[in-house]
Amino acid sequence: MSMLCLLERDGAGVTPASLRALSFAASVPATVGDEVTAVLVGPSADGAAADAALGAELAAAGAAALCLVSADGLTGYAPVAWARALEQLAASGDVTVVVAAATDRGSEVLAHLGAITGLPVAANCLSAVPTTTGCWQVVRQRWAGSVLEDALLEAPLALLTVATDAIAAEPWPADANPAGPGRADAALPVRRFTVQLDDADLVISAVESAAEAGGTSLATARVVVGGGRGVGGPDGFAPLEELASLLGGAVGVSRVVTSQGWRPHRQQVGQTGTKISPELYLACGISGAIQHMAGCLGARHIVAINTDPDAPIMSRADYAVIADLAEIIPALVAAIRDRRD
Amino acid sequence: MVGGRVVLTADGQDVDTRMSGFTVSPHEECAVEEAVRLTEQAGGTVTVLTLGPPEATEQLRDMLALGAHRGVLLETDGREWGPVATAAAIAQAIGDLQAPSFPLILVGNEAADTGGYQVGPRVAHTLGRPCVTGIKRLELSGAALRAARERGAVHEVFELPLPAVVSVKEGINLPRYPSLPGRLRAKRAEITVLRPRWQPDGLRRTGLRVPAGPSRQAQVLGRGVDAVPDLVRVLGELGVLPAAARPAAVGPAGAGAGAPA
Repeated sequence: MSMLCLLERDGAGVTPASLRALSFAASVPATVGDEVTAVLVGPSADGAAADAALGAELAAAGAAALCLVSADGLTGYAPVAWARALEQLAASGDVTVVVAAATDRGSEVLAHLGAITGLPVAANCLSAVPTTTGCWQVVRQRWAGSVLEDALLEAPLALLTVATDAIAAEPWPADANPAGPGRADAALPVRRFTVQLDDADLVISAVESAAEAGGTSLATARVVVGGGRGVGGPDGFAPLEELASLLGGAVGVSRVVTSQGWRPHRQQVGQTGTKISPELYLACGISGAIQHMAGCLGARHIVAINTDPDAPIMSRADYAVIADLAEIIPALVAAIRDRRD
Repeated sequence: MVGGRVVLTADGQDVDTRMSGFTVSPHEECAVEEAVRLTEQAGGTVTVLTLGPPEATEQLRDMLALGAHRGVLLETDGREWGPVATAAAIAQAIGDLQAPSFPLILVGNEAADTGGYQVGPRVAHTLGRPCVTGIKRLELSGAALRAARERGAVHEVFELPLPAVVSVKEGINLPRYPSLPGRLRAKRAEITVLRPRWQPDGLRRTGLRVPAGPSRQAQVLGRGVDAVPDLVRVLGELGVLPAAARPAAVGPAGAGAGAPA
């Protein structure tokens, strides 16, 4: 019995979401002898076999082995081909669980895998525990995490995506994994697998990946300055941008701000926007609607500035200031600039 | 949902919606807007389809008012339909409706409530069509589509032949407000009702919970600009302030030169 965990890589290596998914898979309590094989598909597997640092990183997150999948004609990200890779890998061994981070790619590949196999997919899981009857008791997010669902997953192969925004990255105990850092000299076993593809599996393939213009990414910003209806209009955001820039952070906004056209949608924080996980979320003129707060579950600290002391955000924030944004933001910017050590 | 918190029914099996109104979810509303824009540009008609109880007809009329031409309700009896059953019903209905042939099927990326992230790909596989998900930009050129989504700071671009299935996200457009003539037309429009057969899903809900979450009450630092010094202190404690612009007190000339501006 074993588990597969699909990994994604970007320019900086294996993505943090994938490492969390790997930790999740490794922490699933299962029969002794179960192990997690990390899976890299297509070009994302290039150079991985010789990358000792990558092996150590994966072992530290709980992987017992690494599988590199290739195929003729597979030159980039192709969702159906990636799903075929997982399908054929699962069929080639005694695999009981396939896990991926609930990112665009992870959700997409597992949805295709579910469609190909006709099996259910449990999306945005927070935990999965095997039952004595061969099912899985899962806890998963609904309403982007505002509600949790307890569910029973009945399938010969459990397909799970992991709500990695809501799960902390836990280092895997060094002595729990024979291939892990407990044995620094033991390299992560690497296996190669060739997936058989039809032309139809390669019809959809990412043709281009163009970098966007710079600026701090909202999803990874250490500080997010949020602006809501209380900002009053499109002209009210310049002081927030100035404050965010001063704090080395990014501006995020609530849905009403984007639906009014005051700011572009890429700045939206919430269920249908970006999920943030900053050290500080400074929420300015934001009431704290459920759908907005669903995007802020990963924020370590929240400070609210609002004219309404009874706004729902007050029960989510650590600190609050009752004030008019037009007055306090310029004063705060000036105070930070004029500060002396 | 009352006062910023979700309220569940007494048996913990569902969200209590007695105090709520229903609307079309943001991703789906954007999917309809995108479809209307594409037909305005390239001709054709937009059929809106939803699966739900008879009351969901109201949401279909809202979308007809945005410019869709025809509405189809896959009527349910109140049971929860999982993604497998939902996708099967939609694929079946698309086959049954036949005309028009629907070269493009747009769906919302994920349901706002159940969040399964899979109806689009399942419909696509059943119909033998290509599919991409999470799309925030869509361009039509002849018999092909160019679709893009964000991946971190990068745009990921796909090219699809038609017919295809595309799941879109809010942000792909800013939906219009319904016009008065649109509303009047929607009121009179005939809605096609089909009754697909429910089937069980291998994933079965056993209960719902509202996560405990932080039950804190914010510590109020003060009111108005008088609170600024305390606010700056808190930001300092959280370690998010930049290095001070000027050196403290008096020191040897040039001592503060290293401090970044």
